[in-house]
Amino acid sequence: MDCKETQNLIDVYADGELDLVRNLEIDRHIEQCALCSESYKNHQALRNGLKSAALYYRSPDALQRRIQSSVRKAAKAQAAPRAQPWRWFGVAASMAVAALVALVFVPLLRGPAADELLAKEILSSHVRSLMADHLADISSSDQHTVKPWFAGKLDFSPPVEDFAKQGFPLIGGRLDYLENRPVAALVYERRKHFINLFVWPGSEADVPTKTVSRQGYNLIHWTQSHMTYWASSDLDKSELQEFVRLLQNQISPRP
Amino acid sequence: MEARDKLARFEQTIVPHLDAAYNLARWLARNEHDAEDVAQEACLRAFKFFDNFRGGDGRVWLLTIVRNTCYTWLRQNRPHETISSFDEKIHTPDSDASNPATLALQSANDQMLRQSLEDLSTEFREIVILRDLEGLSYKEIADIAGIPLGTVMSRLARARERLKQLLVDRLKEEP
Repeated sequence: MDCKETQNLIDVYADGELDLVRNLEIDRHIEQCALCSESYKNHQALRNGLKSAALYYRSPDALQRRIQSSVRKAAKAQAAPRAQPWRWFGVAASMAVAALVALVFVPLLRGPAADELLAKEILSSHVRSLMADHLADISSSDQHTVKPWFAGKLDFSPPVEDFAKQGFPLIGGRLDYLENRPVAALVYERRKHFINLFVWPGSEADVPTKTVSRQGYNLIHWTQSHMTYWASSDLDKSELQEFVRLLQNQISPRP
Repeated sequence: MEARDKLARFEQTIVPHLDAAYNLARWLARNEHDAEDVAQEACLRAFKFFDNFRGGDGRVWLLTIVRNTCYTWLRQNRPHETISSFDEKIHTPDSDASNPATLALQSANDQMLRQSLEDLSTEFREIVILRDLEGLSYKEIADIAGIPLGTVMSRLARARERLKQLLVDRLKEEP
């Protein structure tokens, strides 16, 4: 340990917050080095000075009494909340308004809050599919087996593509349930990581991709050719984005 | 929690640390009147949120609330004090240049120490108070100030360095 290192650590050393090994090294250095020994003594002198009782402000008795009585008052108020009927009226009225707003306007909204809720739903679906070891109702890497399997189970036909050549083999499909409707879940694999791709009919207009991260998972969603897609995985963002790009090009090949 | 139990538990675990609460408030506000207001408000808040207290050290928990209450108060009333100056953030003086003779530091009296502490920036003053007056560990300080351990170490070292400088300046002025 040289002077520079010792000087850097002298506060931590003097405060007794250094690990044992470095503590011993500094002990040894200080014994031999007059400069570092001086700055250690310096530190001790300052600390002893600061320990002086005159610098510590004890709370005045009057303040202690005031605080205790105001806390007791608060405790009493909490124990016996006064009945305030008008308050309940206010609560009831605002609940009625909220219910009305929810009934009339919420179905029209597709805002960030709704997306947030859906992201949560997707994520729990994704996690559940892994936990229950129930990734696929139909295990097949053949898109021509998986696609017909959905017919008769869904009122739409999801695009089923295989990307084995690009490193994202299709391993199966299953039915899932999101936003109060049955949806298609296609399962892909990438080096022991799984991708769940949820598909269901969406709006007329295309919606560009959005990426969100939750609890170590990445979710990418978009709407394309009247279908809404949500891809979820614990793969890193760039790999999941690569998968999404492959899929998007496949669904509507660029001219 | 039953209200009466809550009060009893609060008086057992938190009230014994009123001195610590007042000391920190007093050093951050730098006058009695404001310190009393802040300390009282902080204690009431502590009681209000006492259900969130999950055991552990009541002093650390209370000081966290005192600190937050102080900073909110400072931001509202003396916003310039909550901004750390360029000088103290970036510039760390050579340790050699501010390595005063131990004898000189030993001759600093309480009055000089108090004035020099008050001249420190809020951030520096706070960390010296928590460590050297309150005797808290680095970990406890990190929890109270909501900063990483490494920041506690470096900020404390810089704060003491600055404090020594201020003291030496004062000692030079004295005959």
